[in-house]
Amino acid sequence: MNGDQMMRAHSATLPAPQFDNPAWVTPAALADARVAIVTSAALYAVGDEAFTSGDTGYRFIDRDRRDLVLGHWSPNFDQMGVKMDLNVVYPIDRLEELAGQGIIGSVAPRHVSFAGNQPDDVSTIRLDTGPSAAARLRQDGVDVVILTPV
Amino acid sequence: MSVLAHIFEAAGIATVVLSSVREVAQRVAPPRVLHCEFPLGRPLGIPNDVEFQMDVLSRAFALLKEPSGPVLVDHPVVIETDEQPVSCAIPPRFDASLPPCVDEARGMRRAYNRALDHRGVTSVGRCITADEVPNALAVLHAIAKGQDWTTVEIPGGNVMALCHDIRTYYEEAALELIDGPAPGGRAMENWFFEVTEAGKTVLNARAAMKESGAKFPVWFYMAPGNR
Repeated sequence: MNGDQMMRAHSATLPAPQFDNPAWVTPAALADARVAIVTSAALYAVGDEAFTSGDTGYRFIDRDRRDLVLGHWSPNFDQMGVKMDLNVVYPIDRLEELAGQGIIGSVAPRHVSFAGNQPDDVSTIRLDTGPSAAARLRQDGVDVVILTPV
Repeated sequence: MSVLAHIFEAAGIATVVLSSVREVAQRVAPPRVLHCEFPLGRPLGIPNDVEFQMDVLSRAFALLKEPSGPVLVDHPVVIETDEQPVSCAIPPRFDASLPPCVDEARGMRRAYNRALDHRGVTSVGRCITADEVPNALAVLHAIAKGQDWTTVEIPGGNVMALCHDIRTYYEEAALELIDGPAPGGRAMENWFFEVTEAGKTVLNARAAMKESGAKFPVWFYMAPGNR
């Protein structure tokens, strides 16, 4: 079993939080929507606070930053793809191009990075840091987020 | 990611998840999922392939037109992990008085510096700098050769972070030593652990620490779990 197969098999056994009455937002037309990226790659901008092992917090990444450090603590996934091309995890240049083509309305002024390796119950993200990040993106006028996992 | 999607949706933001583990996305059931069976760590699939990345985003954003959910769609392309170690030159032996891994790490320094110049950023530095990598490997070499790991000073104080920095130093240096298309998902990891002296030293130190009774989280996360 290779590393990806092992991680997929392991992840499939983890407890899955249940959401009763899940929310459903009908978004504005994509051509009018402000779009943000939310990633769990633990990326952070040079000079910002590094992620600690088990970090349940998040970091904002300003739209124009490309000098990003990979702060993920897990050794169990490929780390080179993102170093060859940030967009394979954090498709910020693709969003800029889509905005330039008028396919999306605009690119959010800042984006959000969490660490993917979390305690199994994900309670802090669910009850504290997740809602905090969402509220702040909402304040930025964000209509749509695309979530990219690592 | 699927959990966060529910949270952002509850805050009034429409979400699309690019999932990497289909079973998790199915069970957590966020509103809109494009499942991407790509190498872990590469949710947009292929580095430096604008057309492919745009295709992924196009299929993801198309889910925003669905009238109700949850909806889970599979991206039609499956990208297998590449198990072949990347072809990357290793510096020749220079100082035979040093452990091979230390000599090798010194020899990688110019490539690492070029990578830093090109990229302008490094992910080495979690607990040690690039300057400290050869000495860190000397410590792991000693542990692998039988020195009691509880009595040596671990550079940076955290063996998991130390191994991250060593591996990252090598992998970033390797970016300057390879040609051609981007290596596949596990090609660089396999090169580090199976070809380089540093990778073998990390694995041998890890095995020695496990044998001598180190607690599971201390040794296990020095390397990927399948090793």
